[in-house]
Amino acid sequence: MTKKTYINGVGCISTQKTFDTVFLEEANVNHDENVLAIVPPSYKDYITPAASRRMAKGVKNGIVASALAMKDANVESVDAIITGTGLGCIEDSEKFLKSILDNNEEFLTPTSFIQSTHNTVGAQIALLQQCKGYNFTYVNGAVSFESALIDAKMQIEEDEANSILVGGVDENGDYTTSLFKLNGRIKADNNAPYDVLNSTTSGAVYGEGASFFVLENERKENTYAELLDVSIVNTLEENEVEAAIQSFLKYNNLEISDIDAIVLGFDGNADFENYYRNLTKNSFAQTPILYYKHLSGEYDTASAFAFWMASKILKIQEIPEIAKVNTVEKSEYKTILLYNQLNGKNHSFTLLSK
Amino acid sequence: MEALKEELKNKIITTLNLEDIAVEDIADNDPLFGDGLGLDSIDALELIVILDKDYGIKLVDPKEGKAIFQSIETMAAYISANRTK
Repeated sequence: MTKKTYINGVGCISTQKTFDTVFLEEANVNHDENVLAIVPPSYKDYITPAASRRMAKGVKNGIVASALAMKDANVESVDAIITGTGLGCIEDSEKFLKSILDNNEEFLTPTSFIQSTHNTVGAQIALLQQCKGYNFTYVNGAVSFESALIDAKMQIEEDEANSILVGGVDENGDYTTSLFKLNGRIKADNNAPYDVLNSTTSGAVYGEGASFFVLENERKENTYAELLDVSIVNTLEENEVEAAIQSFLKYNNLEISDIDAIVLGFDGNADFENYYRNLTKNSFAQTPILYYKHLSGEYDTASAFAFWMASKILKIQEIPEIAKVNTVEKSEYKTILLYNQLNGKNHSFTLLSK
Repeated sequence: MEALKEELKNKIITTLNLEDIAVEDIADNDPLFGDGLGLDSIDALELIVILDKDYGIKLVDPKEGKAIFQSIETMAAYISANRTK
């Protein structure tokens, strides 16, 4: 019999205070900035100064988020570490490339090169935990986290691992952010207030963060939810999304009426918001609808923040007001669907159950 | 010489991201590696780049490094005697 996958621990470092809090009670929406910055935890509580001095913020956030997830799951070791990241350690990549240019390809120092690879986060977590098991990093744009989830689910189903640390992490780099503003991926400067849900302008409100989860093959007292299924579709037209969702649900013997809440990835980009807007008006009009990128900002692994949010909702059985798109409520939240896409590409559907 | 030592301490703190250490915390004769500042082999590579980039000194014999990078005192003395810029 195929083993099931349970979310038994969560940890989230984001542009909100998502540590040392219950659930978004201290969250606030920043309408003044088009790029949101991380709310940093006390890194010294988790990483020694000697170890942290070479780490960029993405690495530190990944380490803290993974430590929080493991503490939450009450586990001291895992069998595997699987990470998703869109841009990896972009800060140190920028430093290294700038150093090449500034110094005419001479005097290259090792630190930023060592820290600039995409798998630095997964590697550093493994080093700190002395985890010598399977360690893999997926770099698949806006489905990087979902790729990691699929791998983790398969590892558990195939009995390759009993417990897996899986997460999504991305950080902002100054130069990359400036390029994203130039190509319109981020909303233009000096155009506040920035609105994510009712935007009329192009580009997204950007952010950064790290969310990690302990997935295990058994339900425990502290289980948040069961990960039922994950699906990735590279390209869909606006009018194909509903059919894709129905097909995904049918594969899991579910219908739209079985979904107690849907979490959508509205990111403020008016050019692509109909992918979500159509669902709110049609097939999911009678379903509680949630959004999160006004809190987390957009980035390749922002959907890991949604995964964290949905896990919390299924455990606490309460939807924070700040995350609601509509006023529809349910007496019980048993099944939650996450749908995300970035600029019409990299669509992902993730299904969680209580 | 005193100015060079101060300069080296500042460069080491900045380049190696020694966030919790101030110039005053580093004595001229403190060992840079091991029990002193606790630098490691990656830091040694960073120090070699500092010598090359900022003072025009190329270390051809890696064995020399052990004596040169013993302390701020030994580094400053070597730089004073061999710098080309």
